[in-house]
Amino acid sequence: MALPQAKLDLTEARLAALSLPDGAGWANAARADAVARLRAMGLPTRRDEYWKFTSPETLTRADAPRAALFHGDETPLYAGIDRLKIVFVDGVFDADQSDDLSLEHVSIEHLADVTATDIHWARELYGQLEIAGQDPVDRPLATLNTAFARDGVVIRVTGKVEKPISLVYLNASESSDAILHHLVRVEAGGDVTVLENGPAAARFNKVMEISVADGAAFHHVRAQGRDHERRAVTHMFARLGRESTYKSFTLTANGVLTRNEHVIELTGDDAVAHVAGAAMGDGARAEFHHDDTVFITHDAERCESRQVFKKVLRNGAEGVFQGKILVKPGAQKTDGYQISQALMLDDESSFQGKPELEIYADDVVCSHGSTTGAIDETALYYLRSRGVPADQATDLLVLAFLAEAIDEIEDARLQDDIRTRLQEWLERRRQG
Amino acid sequence: MLEIKNLHVKLEEEDKDILKGVDLSVEAGKVHAIMGPNGSGKSTLSYVLSGRDGYEVTDGSASLLGEDLLEMDPEDRAAAGLFLAFQYPVEIPGVGNMTFLRTALNAQRKARGEDEVSAGDFLKLVREKAKALNIDAEMLKRPVNVGFSGGEKKRNEILQMAVLEPKMCILDETDSGLDVDAMKLVSEGVNALRDAGRGFLVITHYQRLLDHIKPDVVHIMADGRIVKTGGPDLALEVEQNGYADILGEVA
Ligand SMILES: Nc1ncnc2c1ncn2[C@@H]1O[C@H](COP(=O)(O)OP(=O)(O)OP(=O)(O)O)[C@@H](O)[C@H]1O
Ligand SMILES: [Mg+2]
Repeated sequence: MALPQAKLDLTEARLAALSLPDGAGWANAARADAVARLRAMGLPTRRDEYWKFTSPETLTRADAPRAALFHGDETPLYAGIDRLKIVFVDGVFDADQSDDLSLEHVSIEHLADVTATDIHWARELYGQLEIAGQDPVDRPLATLNTAFARDGVVIRVTGKVEKPISLVYLNASESSDAILHHLVRVEAGGDVTVLENGPAAARFNKVMEISVADGAAFHHVRAQGRDHERRAVTHMFARLGRESTYKSFTLTANGVLTRNEHVIELTGDDAVAHVAGAAMGDGARAEFHHDDTVFITHDAERCESRQVFKKVLRNGAEGVFQGKILVKPGAQKTDGYQISQALMLDDESSFQGKPELEIYADDVVCSHGSTTGAIDETALYYLRSRGVPADQATDLLVLAFLAEAIDEIEDARLQDDIRTRLQEWLERRRQG
Repeated sequence: MLEIKNLHVKLEEEDKDILKGVDLSVEAGKVHAIMGPNGSGKSTLSYVLSGRDGYEVTDGSASLLGEDLLEMDPEDRAAAGLFLAFQYPVEIPGVGNMTFLRTALNAQRKARGEDEVSAGDFLKLVREKAKALNIDAEMLKRPVNVGFSGGEKKRNEILQMAVLEPKMCILDETDSGLDVDAMKLVSEGVNALRDAGRGFLVITHYQRLLDHIKPDVVHIMADGRIVKTGGPDLALEVEQNGYADILGEVA
């Protein structure tokens, strides 16, 4: 089927502005294949059903819109947590600011190094989960990433890793246009926590492909911070083996445009996938548009999936949730849960929720709900009647609203860290 | 201390007058009780004084220690020393009881230009007051009033009052839902706060509570007005004969 001319033009214009990394190795074929696939599907436009609620225009155009750098004076996130730090500046690995990459039970390498090697395990993973994730919905921005990503980490976990691997994204240029592609393979019995935070770039396109083998566990905690003007599209593609675990939490505050996609396939019996997100949007200083798009496929028996997404919106902030649970034939005893809630602090903000269930097995329990509500006036009055000023009382109720998502973080220290950060952000906002 | 003059209040949303000229003044050191039939406007009076939305004052005034209450935000009224123990305490899922109480105390202190109370001192303070009211530590850890029994909610209101040490305490049917022992504890809690600088307005339907918290003055409210004022005996009269005689008398 021929693409509409506008889509073709858009795609070619973007491709013309990019160049494939040079160098030898197996990645050339994967990249060439991705370019061909991208040409066949075309970059997204607002006319595509999957982008109905979020305009991809600034994500797809040839040049990245500028974004002012954000200079925060706050304590860096995860500061008190013993972790292995890997720093990227404008999407490029920075060895000086990073820790030594050696750690027990895990090997950590660079994408640029492993793609140049002829024989490497990464070859079987690179682009593969992204390709699998293209069915039944196109995700062209992820394909673009596979084609053009120059950097990323390649992590192979063989046991329980003692400390979290912390990816820190810094930006130095107002027009940085970063594309990062990470690979994580957790072998049977492996257990790892990956942290992400930092402003990354004016425009950031990030893909993480995660393969979790039988009995293995992958934990992920991410904070998308106070860089008001950034635009980001991220994809987490995961494939889960038998009795494996995937748990991901994202805290988002600010961002002109953020689209976070999770594409998770439960392929082994008794696997568990939890994805959660807490987003706080204030459209006063810069626009805010936040889109969580989740697609979970149950393709094995007795698997559990859980989606908990909460958004607090004010001053014209826009929130979107598209969440789907697909239960394939034979995926009996599936337990699927999905909740998406928006708390609107005024009438100017908006929330679009599109929860979907598609079930082809008869013995399953799936529930989903999407709600939009205002602050509880009675609770607010009660707090104020005890002397808590209105804005502080609102913040208490905001924290209470987001708590269900934050509670999804398994590690208590990380949970505390995220909660403290959220409180700090709220406090700063209050104090102007 | 609390001066209410000719207070007229209607609902904001509809044309319904609820308070039709309330005159009442509570002096420091005194306990005033208000009794009156259901729907006579007792809770409305307490809400209007504490600053709840939804009511419109069409005439009259209310002041606390000379400050015009009606112009203030609810939080400023609290900082000025007003406290309302609710007839129906509100449940707030997700907000811990301790966090709530500490935030409230420190916000009030800050508003008055006083230093914040440290986490340690606060904990000690609450533990001591909670013990007196027989509130266990488990309850303090839970979200505000969530899953509390009716009586536990009322005790929690009095705990808040004990910690915040307001100057003017309004208790709206704090006795309803309390068992006999809890009633005693709560009354002791209230009596412990009685002093020369503090005023009380106790709304109740029953003499029972007034056996424990001895009022100086008793008012009868009916159809949005104080229709009769007297000494403690007035409450006994209501207990024995109901409102018919009193209302007949004033009609
Ligand atoms: N928000 C409201 N909407 C409609 N009617 C209201 C509202 N608030 C109060 N009223 C009405 O005003 C009148 C006084 O109510 P209020 O709750 O003050 O009575 P009360 O004296 O406290 O009664 P009770 O002894 O039953 O607690 C009642 O008729 C009540 O229905
Ligand atoms: Mg009442």
